[in-house]
Amino acid sequence: MSTLVIAEHDNDSMNIATLNSVAAAQAMGGDIDILVVGTACQAAAAQAAQVPGIGKVIVADNGVYAHSLAENVAPMIAEVAAGYSHVMATATTTAKNIIPRVAALLDVQAISDVSGVVSEDTFKRPIYAGNLIATVKSSDAIKVLTIRGTAFDGAPAEGGSATIEAVASAHDSGKSTFVGEEVAVSDRPELTAADIVISGGRGMGNGENFDMLYSLADKLGAAVGASRAAVDAGFVPNDMQVGQTGKIVAPDLYVAVGISGAIQHLAGMKDSKVIVAINKDEEAPIFSVADYGLVADLFVALPELDAAL
Amino acid sequence: MKVLVAVKRVVDYNVKVRPKSDMTDVDLANVKMSINPFCEIAVEEAVRLKEKGIATEIIAISVGPQQCQEQLRTALALGADRAILVSSDETLEPLAIAKCLKAVCEAESPDIILLGKQAIDGDNNQTGQMLGALTGYGQATFASELSIDGGNATIIREVDGGLQTLTLTLPAIVTADLRLNEPRYASLPNIMKAKKKQLDTTTPADLGVDVAPRVTLMGVELPAERSAGIKVEDIAQLVDKLKNEAKVIS
Repeated sequence: MSTLVIAEHDNDSMNIATLNSVAAAQAMGGDIDILVVGTACQAAAAQAAQVPGIGKVIVADNGVYAHSLAENVAPMIAEVAAGYSHVMATATTTAKNIIPRVAALLDVQAISDVSGVVSEDTFKRPIYAGNLIATVKSSDAIKVLTIRGTAFDGAPAEGGSATIEAVASAHDSGKSTFVGEEVAVSDRPELTAADIVISGGRGMGNGENFDMLYSLADKLGAAVGASRAAVDAGFVPNDMQVGQTGKIVAPDLYVAVGISGAIQHLAGMKDSKVIVAINKDEEAPIFSVADYGLVADLFVALPELDAAL
Repeated sequence: MKVLVAVKRVVDYNVKVRPKSDMTDVDLANVKMSINPFCEIAVEEAVRLKEKGIATEIIAISVGPQQCQEQLRTALALGADRAILVSSDETLEPLAIAKCLKAVCEAESPDIILLGKQAIDGDNNQTGQMLGALTGYGQATFASELSIDGGNATIIREVDGGLQTLTLTLPAIVTADLRLNEPRYASLPNIMKAKKKQLDTTTPADLGVDVAPRVTLMGVELPAERSAGIKVEDIAQLVDKLKNEAKVIS
């Protein structure tokens, strides 16, 4: 049994989300290698080589892999994956985009968002927006999996010294071109990596009122998220959405402000260690998962909280 | 320009699903079924392409049981011109569905294939990407904006941390995210008209596709319940609890 973990990285550094997949692979046992596909990605590969317990780091460093275009990266992963029993990547938007393409190239039915490893061919995963957990058994020769990051604590990042091996193949489909990107620039931590997350819902009323959350977040070193209702209403951008169809988070502290607690939202945050809910509707479903609930008008409570910190 | 838009029949998003009493699967008896919300967004985008004069024909397709005809009729009422049902009573996995879609792509040669980014039942988020691999076409998943210019499609994608813009050579595959558009409601006259539109039925076997499942569902369980904690009186008590009891802030 041997697992190929696909590194998530920006060429200069490896995203720590990769370590969640390493942890899932370790939970299953067997040999683990890491594949880094990128452009001028030697620094990311060097970081991957420091992860303890890794056999080798395979690097496909070529200009055609810039911006992780699925059409080019997927055949590269499929080429290397052919020698393994398992392929794993943490379910970021990059992996969700590429991994099913890899699976189809290998004629494999991928398994998305694995939240538990039962055995080498049997896995648990949430379905119906997390309303149910399915146990599924794969009969494919290669198991191609995306891993729900919050379900596995990240493996250690340092202490190892794996060998680094290059592969030369360049797959260029010529079908897609990167035009540009608009990355939200923020001094706050990334939502899925933050220890504290403060999220606002439809109760916030408008986008300007999110400033109250940003102010709190800056005092606590927290990230700011939102419910799908707040995104739908146009208060904040979609990349702030916490929920089954947005980001899945599990911080030490999750503060839900003006969020009723639709199942869609709960699916994205209910694994948080401590949940606080502030809502003026005492019947709101969010209170059924909150460790500490405060029934209050958020426009009164938030300034008080800000002043108390 | 021809558009193929895939729709999936799923449990209505308002239904709270429950496991069967023997915990072998989800209980779908007497449950309201609807078109998957993300597929509905894909249909709306196809209709808008036609309204802009870019698309000339919209073909809606569904792969699943006979009852998928209801969802295809919905797509026809929203503005699709004709529909294809690939009928099968098997449990169909994304790979099998993608293979059926590929076979139809070969027969129909669409310029653009629109799908929802994921279905709200299995939450797999795979079919569009798999179709990309099988056809060799370019893919733009999680699209929030689509524009077509000659032989190219330019797509803004929702990615972790922000937005990414890609240009794809047609034919290409686009999967719809939430913000691509807000679907319209079908009008009564259009619902009536949809009943007369062409709906062809085929099967995976006719298309030469083996849909045998690769993954076996061993059972389902309810997620671990999180029990409600306490209600605090005011902010002072909340801050005290967070500092001294939960110890999550200092």
